[in-house]
Amino acid sequence: MSALFEFLLRQGDNALVLGHRVSEWCGHAPVLEEDIALANTALDLIGQTQMWLGLAGEVEGKGRSADDLAFLRDVWDFRNLLLVERPNGDFGHTMMRQFLFDAFNLVHLTELANSTDDRIAAIAEKAGKEAAYHLERSRNTVVALGDGTEESHARMQAALDALWPYVGEIFENDSVSDELAADGIAPEPASLRAAWDARVQEALAEATLRHPEGDFAHRGGKTGVMHTEHLGHLLTQMQWLQRAYPGATW
Amino acid sequence: MKNEWPLWEVFIRGRHGLSHRHVGSLHAPDAETAILNARDVYTRRNEGVSIWVVEAAHVTASSPSDKGPLYEPANDKIYRHPTFFDIPEDVGPM
Repeated sequence: MSALFEFLLRQGDNALVLGHRVSEWCGHAPVLEEDIALANTALDLIGQTQMWLGLAGEVEGKGRSADDLAFLRDVWDFRNLLLVERPNGDFGHTMMRQFLFDAFNLVHLTELANSTDDRIAAIAEKAGKEAAYHLERSRNTVVALGDGTEESHARMQAALDALWPYVGEIFENDSVSDELAADGIAPEPASLRAAWDARVQEALAEATLRHPEGDFAHRGGKTGVMHTEHLGHLLTQMQWLQRAYPGATW
Repeated sequence: MKNEWPLWEVFIRGRHGLSHRHVGSLHAPDAETAILNARDVYTRRNEGVSIWVVEAAHVTASSPSDKGPLYEPANDKIYRHPTFFDIPEDVGPM
């Protein structure tokens, strides 16, 4: 598997798995306005998935489409971060996960817009505008609920503490990222940490949330070595139709 | 205790040069969030280039029961319509 293909799967699978998770809120969000906003976010992410996985299939050169990659791979083939496969929890938990990811996504896409690969730069340019909006929305919600009632504050702090061990993986370099960084195709994840920290710390301070200590990190998502048990359950839902009725279209 | 978010009236300008039009209403905890909600609820299909939100409580409306005194006196004052003036050809459609 080439490093470029692997990288594109990471990009596509992050957007796909998080997009599916967010779509699980459809019809269940606490208020109608948030329901529509979450559905919009999910659709944006699925749109980004189509671009990343579409390019991945092209780069792989085996004739696999974005749909093939999304619906016909099993857990061990997925390259998404563990963070995005975490279950939704309550609304605050979902928005905290969204905020942590959006901050990374925006910082990353901003750098990718300067990629030496024009196709990647073009996707990053388009997706970056969506990510900027997602971040504004998730950041505002984290601040409002963090600096809200005693109940909402406690829930946001619990969400932050529970999700923090999944942050470290985002910024780990490996042989894939080394190769892409050397070619100027994508930045090293570790180089994005300072910009991410600045955005996150500023928002957490305004949200009156305590910044978690410790840097223990669960890993294994983006390398595909060890996903959590939650991804398999997600895929049974997401891939059910193609598994039951192979090749079904409408 | 009041748990409902306030209601906001949403106005959207479809294109540059047009005026903002009332498109509907939504709930939001504050003005900034109301703008974001309006973006998500009312501009999903490229409807707008500008959004205004106004808290519904700040809109003062005329009362339907005042319809007679407010509007009927204008019914028989046809001389207020500009149909009695000759408009020069070169002014074009008005």
